[in-house]
Amino acid sequence: MPTIDQNTARGDIKNFIIDSFMFGQKDQTFSDSDSFMEKGIVDSTGILEMTSFIEEKYEFAIEDDEMTPENLDSIDNLVQFISKKLS
Amino acid sequence: MAYSKDSLTIDAEKVANQLCEVILSQIGGTLKKSGAVIGISGGIDSSVCAALCAKALGPQKVLGVMMPEKESSGDSEKLARKLGEKFGFETIKEDITRGLAGLGCYSERNEAIKQVFPEFDESWKCKIIIPTNILEKKTFNVFSLCIENSAGEKKTKRMPLSAYLQIVAASNFKQRLRMTTLYYHAEKKNWAVIGTGNKDEHEQGFFVKYGDGGADLKPIGHLFKMQVFQLAEYLGVPEDIINRTPTTDTYSSEVTQEEFFFGLDFYRMDMLWHALEQNIPAKEVAKVLDLTIEQVETGYANIKRKILATEYLRMEPLMADMQK
Repeated sequence: MPTIDQNTARGDIKNFIIDSFMFGQKDQTFSDSDSFMEKGIVDSTGILEMTSFIEEKYEFAIEDDEMTPENLDSIDNLVQFISKKLS
Repeated sequence: MAYSKDSLTIDAEKVANQLCEVILSQIGGTLKKSGAVIGISGGIDSSVCAALCAKALGPQKVLGVMMPEKESSGDSEKLARKLGEKFGFETIKEDITRGLAGLGCYSERNEAIKQVFPEFDESWKCKIIIPTNILEKKTFNVFSLCIENSAGEKKTKRMPLSAYLQIVAASNFKQRLRMTTLYYHAEKKNWAVIGTGNKDEHEQGFFVKYGDGGADLKPIGHLFKMQVFQLAEYLGVPEDIINRTPTTDTYSSEVTQEEFFFGLDFYRMDMLWHALEQNIPAKEVAKVLDLTIEQVETGYANIKRKILATEYLRMEPLMADMQK
């Protein structure tokens, strides 16, 4: 199982979001604490896409009861969740 | 008016009469059509729309089209016929099974299900569900696939994205073929197609774009489900239709609208949503609905997420506005 450097993870997730949901347009701005859903960055299908990305990249399974906004709905939340899962 | 358990109570007679005037004016005036074609499923929404149209236009100007397929519940046809008899309009049946098979609806869907459950074949039934405890826990509306065999053995698993998208895309053939069937009958008569979605379905995005969302007018698209129930009582919709659990009639295994999409019973969802629209403080709502403040806020967030996530379904095709 890979270990995690939080800054690298932050960058990886941000790049994934820009590539997958913003057609690679890096000038679109959002902060690490912005809610994906509230900002309209990712919808519920996008969350499934994000889940697959995280599971493949970090080689762990996300359980059904972990599919919560607290774990997945911002870059900050995701980095914290991944760190917890890999610790 | 203060927020109370009766906040969604309507004067059903007054609302029905207003809607009849609107239907008459929209069909005859705006659309220049001379009758109404409605897909009737034996569910409460299509029944209320058909009853309203029969009252507004006269039953001889209404055609109810039943569109079962091999996975539909047998009750749907029986109840739809009963509705036509009660309100005196003509009903016809169009079995869409062969059309769906030709389009690949069943085969494409089953192929995707096998990606999740390799043991699946047509002897199993299937449905898609979401979490139904949305007030207890802040959760995303993520879909799971549930299959069931004749021995009652059930298996449920969250779907990978590709399987989910293929299952939904294939299943949506059902609503889209129903829409084209309705337009065939409507154009043949120069009549209008009635969309039967209520406010819950329309604004939270529980419809298929250019499927059941494709219609000329949507007479109850602004009414909460709880208000549709009141109209049904007033109009005299048969009790067995009113008391029937709302289902999707899309999957072979019976799935309620609560399990498939809303994740909450209609009363609490509508009351929460109404409170959200009226900016009622969560504390007041919690007291009336016997919930905690946190549950109210969780319910608000869930409704807001659904509206946001389905915005594109309600959009017209986007035009290039070169003036800007």
